[in-house]
Amino acid sequence: MWYLKLIVRNAFRHQLRTGLTVLGIVVAILAFGLLRTVVDAWYAGAEAASATRLVTRNAISLIFALPLTYQGRIRQIEGVKSVSHANWFGGVYITEKNFFPQFAVQAQSYFALYPEFIISPDEMREFMHDRRGAIVGRRLASIYGFKPGDQVTLRGTIFPGNWEFVVRGVYDGAEARTDTSQFFFHWEYLNETMRKISPRRSNSVGVYVIGLTSAGHAAAVTAAIDATFKNSLAETLTETEQAFQLGFVSMTEAIVVAIEIVSYLVIFIIMAVMANTMAMTARERSAEYATLKALGFGPLPLAAMIFGESLAIAAVGGLAGIALTFPAAERFAAEVGSLFPVFNVDSGTVMMQAAAALLIGAVAACLPALRAAQVRIADGLRHAG
Amino acid sequence: MPSSTESIVEIRNLVKSYRRGDQIVPVLSGITFDIAAGDYVALMGPSGSGKSTLLNMIAGIDKPDSGSLRVAGTDITALNESDLAAWRARNVGFIFQFYNLMPVLTAFENIELPLLLTDLSARERGEHVAAALAMMSLSDRSDHYPSELSGGQQQRVAIARAIITDPAILVADEPTGDLDRVSAAEILHLIERLNRELGKTVILVTHDPHAAGKARTVRHLEKGELSEA
Repeated sequence: MWYLKLIVRNAFRHQLRTGLTVLGIVVAILAFGLLRTVVDAWYAGAEAASATRLVTRNAISLIFALPLTYQGRIRQIEGVKSVSHANWFGGVYITEKNFFPQFAVQAQSYFALYPEFIISPDEMREFMHDRRGAIVGRRLASIYGFKPGDQVTLRGTIFPGNWEFVVRGVYDGAEARTDTSQFFFHWEYLNETMRKISPRRSNSVGVYVIGLTSAGHAAAVTAAIDATFKNSLAETLTETEQAFQLGFVSMTEAIVVAIEIVSYLVIFIIMAVMANTMAMTARERSAEYATLKALGFGPLPLAAMIFGESLAIAAVGGLAGIALTFPAAERFAAEVGSLFPVFNVDSGTVMMQAAAALLIGAVAACLPALRAAQVRIADGLRHAG
Repeated sequence: MPSSTESIVEIRNLVKSYRRGDQIVPVLSGITFDIAAGDYVALMGPSGSGKSTLLNMIAGIDKPDSGSLRVAGTDITALNESDLAAWRARNVGFIFQFYNLMPVLTAFENIELPLLLTDLSARERGEHVAAALAMMSLSDRSDHYPSELSGGQQQRVAIARAIITDPAILVADEPTGDLDRVSAAEILHLIERLNRELGKTVILVTHDPHAAGKARTVRHLEKGELSEA
């Protein structure tokens, strides 16, 4: 208790210096937390993927569609529990800036495959009865103020024309990592319209989503689906939902790596700043350390006091940085709109922030503690006065 | 007169030099002398004569190059760092020119500091500190930080800290060097009382003939060699 009192008083002895150091740590830990959250957000789709879902797409590229007729043949493969399909719509809501994912889905089978999308039975009923109905995620609804009954017009880019929808329900995520920034509508509405304006593009789907009877069947079913359509006009590429999502991440992997490097650099820089502060502090107090040694204190209590002081400063900065990460992440998520479907500060990030703060404190204290422990009393006393 | 003729400090052929770059600068050249228990010795000499170095070695905070140094019955040249630290805590009280108090601790806490190395309980430590504060007439300054005390008061706190563990030897390096005349006289009187009434062996390093005049024995150091006044 006595030593703790000495550590705390020493830590806040030079209030301006300590205040600025704490501020630096707060900013570094906050930046580290936000950057880690951005990286997590990048992988959020893959993280939220289910092990019992597969995605089948055109083997050449995602931009090529698959025939609707594949659905029945996929359903017959052993290990397949259900099959649904979806088309990326890619419409513009008012301006290009308002980006959010829109999918034309075979509603009944699709939502059955995604139990993590929680929709009230009444809203689902309304949606199923309205060919132009749409279901929007809670996050999307809060960003654009969508509510049931609202008319939403999307300007098609892949599918030409203005498309009118009526919001019929808002889904919530079963978990924090569930993407609630999506916009779903009936594939039948898309297909019927395309049949009128561009018949060659009707009866085609972007991807099939396949529900498995068990995750253990994934490899066999994947191989079976792709074998079924081998040498056809539209060969397929089937992969787990997670692999499918990671495929998108890999396209931008360099950015993710750059963000990760910057996040660690921030910690390294503040570590150097903190080490300098502690070294300066220890140098100024060499007479005090020499006095304590003259009084009979050994090198270990002196080193412990310096470590304690450094860790106390790092802990204050770290805790404040962690506390500020949550409102800052909320603000960041609001600013970037639906660019990141899931932007949550998870417990892993908080643990990493805490570990980084402790590492900063411990590393910064190493050299000053060693010097204080080794200071020759007679030399240290010459610095007094 | 010393209270006993038994030597508390026995120095034989003590040699000490410092390395300054490539040069070796001799500081003490084979000094031999004894200090009797309860004596009050003043070490005088010009700057660089080696008096502070000699004091530091007697107090166990510096080591000689050669020679023997027996203090309070222990050959302190044979002790390792940790044993020497424990020996200092038991046997030596330090009074420095610039007081060397911890600025973040109150007068009470500064005096209590050496007692943290003992087995005393917090209550017992408190009793000891209160008695030391009273002896130094500082009871009303107990909660004051060093920056809130005058130079004389700070030195009295430092003296209380030096005697709190009841060491046999007090070493004082220019204890009045940073004080005005009145405060210096008070401090010298206090040190004299500690020697006379409590039987502490006092070894004082000073430039001030007036301060040295309070000692029973005065030794002069010049160019690393000792002479008796």
